[in-house]
Amino acid sequence: MTTEHRTPLTAAGSNIPKALFGPSPSQTVGPYFHQGLADHFQGLRSAVGNVAVQPGSSVPGERITLLGRVLDGDGVPVEDALIEVWQADASGRYASDDAAPFHGYSRTHTRTEGNVYTIRTIKPGSAGPGLAPRLNVWLGMRGLLTHLITAVYFSDEDNSADPVLALVPPERRHTLIARREETPDGPVYRFDFRMQGQDETVFFAP
Amino acid sequence: MTRPPVEQSPAAPSVHPPHLFPAYTSSVRRAPHELLIPLPDALRDLQGPVFGEGRLRPDDNDTTRNGRVNGEPLGERILVRGRVLDSRGRPVRGALIETWQANAAGRYIHQRDQHDAPLDPNFTGTARMLTDEYGEYTLVTIKPGAYPWRNHPNAWRPAHIHFSIFGTNFTQRLVSQMYFPGDPLLAYDPIYQAIPDEKGRQRLVSRFDLDLTQPQWALGYRFDIVLGGDAQTPFEEPDHDH
Repeated sequence: MTTEHRTPLTAAGSNIPKALFGPSPSQTVGPYFHQGLADHFQGLRSAVGNVAVQPGSSVPGERITLLGRVLDGDGVPVEDALIEVWQADASGRYASDDAAPFHGYSRTHTRTEGNVYTIRTIKPGSAGPGLAPRLNVWLGMRGLLTHLITAVYFSDEDNSADPVLALVPPERRHTLIARREETPDGPVYRFDFRMQGQDETVFFAP
Repeated sequence: MTRPPVEQSPAAPSVHPPHLFPAYTSSVRRAPHELLIPLPDALRDLQGPVFGEGRLRPDDNDTTRNGRVNGEPLGERILVRGRVLDSRGRPVRGALIETWQANAAGRYIHQRDQHDAPLDPNFTGTARMLTDEYGEYTLVTIKPGAYPWRNHPNAWRPAHIHFSIFGTNFTQRLVSQMYFPGDPLLAYDPIYQAIPDEKGRQRLVSRFDLDLTQPQWALGYRFDIVLGGDAQTPFEEPDHDH
């Protein structure tokens, strides 16, 4: 039913004419983003879920689970946070092809039992000399008009030479390090995002 | 032990809303208090994820069809067409766009939506699409209704469609909302009003377009989206000092 013979759109007729040109502002994901962004929420299909590497996959790398909560200024778990992860594969390479066996991107949320988010993925490798392995994180939720960006490191790695962590005051670096635990289901890294207060997570400004 | 909040905004203060905007009450306990650390190049240079056609199904861009159970969804059928551009006005091709919205009565399908308005059995309000070689997308949907929320007395969200867009770079990732021209609720909405620059606010208002309107079928709206965050082409802000 849509237009079959389309001509390309031009600046004429745009909602952003030349005099208004500039970046479109951010808005909150709101409380109901699960409808559009979460995997199989209420039976709806979506583009990407929280399992970055499927069970039985031959993709090289250690299978890990990252999980935790998002805590607001009162220490109350946020029940409607959206968490997105970009990461390198086990050899430190970022995917540039949707068909790659490991895509390097996953998405999860806290509308769960205990408001705990979970991501099942592989542990990334170092992406270059001196770079510690890390997960690059995008965080959105009701209450955040503009999303936040951060990075999550691993407690069992040598993070001492990492140039991103070096930008963070030493007393705050621990807020970016996920704690490794060995469990019967494999290694689990625990990481809570703290929006305010003591141990507030370090966020980066784009 | 805790520090007082620091009044702050993201890197482009005249474009994006601040994290702390007390009129939007949910921001008060969720906005970070510490100053954000300027994004290092190691993060800035990341490419965005690449999404292929394989992730899409027929009618994914058409909420009037993709949620049908036993009939057509109710409401005013609309067609939204636009371009995704980078900060220099160049088309962003192959960008994944995901949208979600309330139905014509102002009700989300979400379990937590308690608004006393009818659900539509033939409407989920979810769509996804990739931009084409011109950076263009087309969304077919139902005009969403306004709905009440608990932010302040007699608070109503203006009709809006949520847009999630992946550009070509980690820093181009954008979640925003499309509004409708002439909506009187915009003047009272703290989420919309938190955008500091009037021009920025106007960029999120779609434009009714008779040329896009399809006879006997659907009203047409134009909604272009400009992504910032292109490290190679920094966008000049008119008032970047506050």
